[in-house]
Amino acid sequence: MTAAQMEHEITLTVNGFAVSERVEARRHLADFLREDLGLTGTHIGCEHGVCGACTVLVDGEITRSCLTLAVQCEGKSVTTIEGISDSGAVADLQEAFRARNALQCGYCTPGMVITASVLLDAEEMPDREEIRDHISGNYCRCTGYHAIVDAVETTLKARAEAGR
Amino acid sequence: MSGDVPSPLTALDRPNSYIGRAVPRPNLKRLTEGRGEYVSDISLPRMVHVVYVRSPHAHARIVSIDATAAKAAKGVVAVVTGAEIAQVCTPWVGVLSHMVGLKSAPQHPIAVDRACWQGEAVAAVVARTRALAEDAAALVEVEYEPLTPVTDMMTALDPETPVIHESLGDNLAFERNFSGGDPASAFAASDHVIEADFGFGRHTGVTLEPRAMVADFNPGTGRLTAYLGTQAPHMIQNILSIHLAMPESAIRVVCKDVGGSFGIKVHVYADEMATAALSKLLQRPVKFVADRLESFLTDIHARDHRVKGKVGVMADGTITAFEIDDVTGIGPYSVYPRTSAVEANQVVNLTGGPYTCPNYKARARVVFQNKNVTCQYRAVGHPIATAVTEGLVDLAAQKIGMDPVEIRRKNLVRDDAYPCASATGLKFEALSHHAALDKLLAMMDYPRLRAEQAEMRKKGVHRGIGFASFIEITNPGAAFYGVGGARISSQDGAVVRLDAAGAVTVQTSATEQGQGTEAVIAQVVATAVGVPLERVRVISGDTDQTPYGGGTWASRAAGIGGEAAWQAGKALRENVLAVAGAILQAEAGTLDVREGAVVDADTGRERMPLTELGRIVYFRPDTLPTGFQAELMAVRHYVPRGYPFAFTNGVQASYLEVEDGFVKLLGHWVVEDCGTILNPQLVDEQVRGGVVQGLGGALFEHCVYDSEGQLQNASMADYLVPMACEMPDIQVGHVVSPTADSELGAKGAGEAGTAGAPAAVMNAINDALSPFGAVVTDMPFTPDRILGALRAAKAAQGA
Repeated sequence: MTAAQMEHEITLTVNGFAVSERVEARRHLADFLREDLGLTGTHIGCEHGVCGACTVLVDGEITRSCLTLAVQCEGKSVTTIEGISDSGAVADLQEAFRARNALQCGYCTPGMVITASVLLDAEEMPDREEIRDHISGNYCRCTGYHAIVDAVETTLKARAEAGR
Repeated sequence: MSGDVPSPLTALDRPNSYIGRAVPRPNLKRLTEGRGEYVSDISLPRMVHVVYVRSPHAHARIVSIDATAAKAAKGVVAVVTGAEIAQVCTPWVGVLSHMVGLKSAPQHPIAVDRACWQGEAVAAVVARTRALAEDAAALVEVEYEPLTPVTDMMTALDPETPVIHESLGDNLAFERNFSGGDPASAFAASDHVIEADFGFGRHTGVTLEPRAMVADFNPGTGRLTAYLGTQAPHMIQNILSIHLAMPESAIRVVCKDVGGSFGIKVHVYADEMATAALSKLLQRPVKFVADRLESFLTDIHARDHRVKGKVGVMADGTITAFEIDDVTGIGPYSVYPRTSAVEANQVVNLTGGPYTCPNYKARARVVFQNKNVTCQYRAVGHPIATAVTEGLVDLAAQKIGMDPVEIRRKNLVRDDAYPCASATGLKFEALSHHAALDKLLAMMDYPRLRAEQAEMRKKGVHRGIGFASFIEITNPGAAFYGVGGARISSQDGAVVRLDAAGAVTVQTSATEQGQGTEAVIAQVVATAVGVPLERVRVISGDTDQTPYGGGTWASRAAGIGGEAAWQAGKALRENVLAVAGAILQAEAGTLDVREGAVVDADTGRERMPLTELGRIVYFRPDTLPTGFQAELMAVRHYVPRGYPFAFTNGVQASYLEVEDGFVKLLGHWVVEDCGTILNPQLVDEQVRGGVVQGLGGALFEHCVYDSEGQLQNASMADYLVPMACEMPDIQVGHVVSPTADSELGAKGAGEAGTAGAPAAVMNAINDALSPFGAVVTDMPFTPDRILGALRAAKAAQGA
């Protein structure tokens, strides 16, 4: 057995719940979430950290779960699309995506929503170019991005309006 | 957000019509919450995972395969070779009889004695988990005898080039020659003849969800269920039936959520056939999920054309003749069952299509090579034909010093000229090139942009404006595949049912991959029946549950599947009114169904909610008149018969800046005429998404092979696709010329964006480079190529 195949006990928090599992050292976080925990909302597109479909939050930071080993998450708090949806934290953003048809096949959407979620609390209101820059690590092959930028912008404006 | 577009047709002008309204799609909430069910998410009891050992060589004889160590590895269920799979699954040949002369060689699910491209599967390793299968795959020892690969399509037909399939005699898969009018005389009489060579790099769809399949053969029932993200479930059912020697009725194809398709997922893939065969062989569910490397090596590629183009023009701007000579490399096999000759055939059909010019000569040659296969990807042939045509038109305009808009105005088929036909015999029912161009110019404020361009040029900033008019084939009837002998339905069907609680269920043979098929089907049925949209549920993508039909490809789901649903919905309303008439002792013709209730047609006064009608029909039929049988389920099918295709048209414009060879896109405008617009937001998003895929092919996307047939950039880090920060906002407008072939009048909208965008960008780049006398015609337009063109222009001027 190689070191990569050696199993390790890990304890972490996933979507607010404590999780203890034995995982192989080589198991990346995306596979751990999907295969071991059944959280299939995290999608795998490239497995080399480019497409962003597997984006999750690790201790509040947007993270490529395909480039993160499960064992690296010992003691950390992971939030997936399932968790962020259940909490209602970005329900307005998700509704904006729906209303604006900012998704077609939906495969990039969980990662896109999580990436966009950290923009919603920005101090300064980002313009469209800044929104585009921010989501550029998340590929979408269907929409051409325009509708996604619209949905994020609509949500930001509505939150700014509500905060006034 | 797109506003509602009220339908122009009185036939559709039902009270509370949803046609033309930008209602959101029904499935989006669950997808935004990560509650989708893609094939890669499916897990079944007893399921095992297959990993394919793939040839590292572009062309090699398989001398031996030693699977001893792999078979002994942890968790391994089986290691299976091509010869073993051939016992369960027969090979296929990707030809169509109406493509006269098209030839190809038998292709096996797994290579039997020879691998013909880098990435072709040579063995399958099946294990309890994907990771264990990959571990074991690394232990399979394959001895290869490398053969000389044929990689350069331009020399594939040379006598000294080895022939890939000896039995075929040469490397020519297909050739088509066409001549219409009198091109030789027309060129001879032209004031100017301009020639240019155009290149179109190989690219691929890069669906974000890689291809995936779960094949579940159940020996208890003798049935195979294939969970597959396919665009054409009944086609796959037929193909599996033929090659696994099972009756069609024993095969069920289920298509749940699909993570992107774009034409990539409408073909038969060797590894998917192997997965189905493995399930039959092992008598348990087998799951295959391509990783990204496999996607690049085995998802169909597209384009890879080199076209010599020629246009004749008079000094007054009249275009006199077009000529093209196209060569395309398709890999070692013509893809099954739609074939790999269609794209070149379309290039021949479509070049010059928007213009009145009757003189046209074309040749297309389709050649084999030892690279991955190519086949139909979004807008099949259109980006090539459009870029060649529009590139030549702009070069002609430049030659005679005419504005690119003016030369188009002079030569585009007049809006009052329909019906008419192209030089190649394509029949046009009703197009709107001039109205579309006028609208586009207004949207983009053309004079202002030209003034801005001139101002910027004074400051040494080089901006360009480029146009592309185009036609697009949609709503294909049987002409594409059926007449060529492929069992691919050109007809679609819909079953519409009213339940006791007043809910309406639609089963449709059109499929959903994110375009919004289910939304437009629901809108059409809600309108036709007369119920609120929320009461309509659409079922698609299951050969056990839906009518037999074609699916979603070639921009056909809304136009064909939508019309079938419209007709079925109307039939159900008639049936409902017959019941209501019997219950209410009224003439059915005096009643209507609106907002989920039977009403007096004249006054709109409610007579009975559908819930009450349903209660009576299902639970108290004894109270209905003797001999009356209510039928609250209706089925209708539709296939266009008036025209072989419903052509759409459109025009695009690109505004961009070139600096240090890099292209910065500043704006993009599209006016599209897809007939009746069922849902303006969905049409606009199809256009935008299509534009960006076209821009990807024009600027970034390229499968780069070396001379040994090795793909050099088979990762997302190296194969570039458009990112949000590189793309502009895209403004979309419409002209509406409905087809009279159907009552809805809807044509397709899924591919038009991809058809026109590369040409518009090419022309804009060349407009920006015009002060330097540089011209680029070889896509993708990388900084290296743009700088190369500038250097070449400088050298030519210096000489």
